[in-house]
Amino acid sequence: MVVITYGDVEVEVEGDRWRDGDLWLPIEGLPSAIGWDVRPEGVCAGETCVPLPPGATWWDDEHFDVSAFARHIGLAEAADAERGVVAYVVPSEGGAGPGSLEAPDFTLPDLDGNLHSLSDHRGEKVVLLTWASF
Amino acid sequence: MLAVAEDAGGAGSTRPWIRPTNMEEQYPQPILDLMGWDAEAWRVAGPPQYPCLIDERHQVSALYGLVNVPTAVWIDEEGRIVRPPEPAGVTEVFKHLDLATFSMPPDAVAAGVRNRNRYLAAVRDWVRRGPESPAVLPPDEVLRRMGRGARWGDPARAVAHFRVAEALYRRKDPEAAQIHFVEAARRWPENWAYQRQARQLADPSTVGELDAGPDFWRSVEQRGEGSFYPPVDLG
Repeated sequence: MVVITYGDVEVEVEGDRWRDGDLWLPIEGLPSAIGWDVRPEGVCAGETCVPLPPGATWWDDEHFDVSAFARHIGLAEAADAERGVVAYVVPSEGGAGPGSLEAPDFTLPDLDGNLHSLSDHRGEKVVLLTWASF
Repeated sequence: MLAVAEDAGGAGSTRPWIRPTNMEEQYPQPILDLMGWDAEAWRVAGPPQYPCLIDERHQVSALYGLVNVPTAVWIDEEGRIVRPPEPAGVTEVFKHLDLATFSMPPDAVAAGVRNRNRYLAAVRDWVRRGPESPAVLPPDEVLRRMGRGARWGDPARAVAHFRVAEALYRRKDPEAAQIHFVEAARRWPENWAYQRQARQLADPSTVGELDAGPDFWRSVEQRGEGSFYPPVDLG
C-alpha cells in the first residue's frame, strides 16, 4: 500500500509497484488516486487530456507509471519508497505564491476537528494570520 | 480574523498556545517579551473568538508562498488580497537578546511592543475604513510585492518533501520524517518555517516548544541581517 498526497488530497492505494524509483499504480485505481485516468485520447482529468508522447512506455497491461506522468506535466515529486509515502505538488502549491489578487481558498480543521474554509468568510474582511508553536 | 497554525506538530503542539494557561509561570520574561505576551490584553480579549485552524501540512504556506511565521495577509470582502503576506507586527527585535544573560534591553522590548501596536492599529483602521485605509495597497503594488524577492532553490520539490515528512510524522515515524523535513529545508533555504519546524520536531522534548536553541541562533547569524522578518511598510 502507498500513501499518496496529490495537491491537497491524501489517499491510500493498494497494488503499488516501484520500478527504478518510479511509482506504478493499477490503471483502474488512477482516478481515485490522482484524479487522472487513461483514455484512448491520452491521460485525462475531466475535460483536460494530456496526449501520450510517442514512444512513451508509461504503462503495461495493469499498471501506470505515475512518476513519469508527473514529470511530463511538471509536477514536483518526493517519495519514501521504503515506507510507501509519495507526494505530488501541483504548480499552484509550488511556493511561488498567488499569481493574482484572488486569495487562494483552503479548508482546514480547528482544534475540535470542525472544518473551515476561507471562502466561508466571503463578504467579511479577513486577516489571515499564520503562526506556529516553533 | 482567521488564525492558521502552520504546524506539523498538530493540535498537541498548538493547543497550549491557543488556549494558554499560566504563561507567566511557564516562560521567562524575555520569551514572553519576544512573543508579545500581554497578560492584561489576554484577560480582556482571550481566548480567541475567531477560528483557530491547524495546518499540519503547511498547505497555506505553499499556496501563499509564505516563508516564515507569523505572517498576515489582508483579504477584502470580495476575496481579494489588499496586503500581501508580510511579518505580522513582528520585527527582528530578538536579535537584541543577550544569550549569556538571556535578557533584552528595555528599549528593544519597547520597540517591539510599539511595532506590534502600530500593526494592530493599522488592522483596526482597515476594519473601520475599508479601502479608505492608507494601509490598503493598490492592486499593482500588491502584485509587485507578492512577486518580489529571490526564490532560490527548488520550492516545489521542497513542498513535496515536506508533505512526505508530515505524512510520516503523522504515522508515528519521526526518524524517517526528519530526513524529509531536513531535505525540504535544504531545497528551500529562504523558508525559515521549514527550517524551524525541522529542528523543533527532531527532538521529542522540543515538540510544541519555541525554536530558540543554539542551532536557531547559528542559522540567524549565518543568514545575515534583515532576512528573518523584513520591515513592513504600512504607508
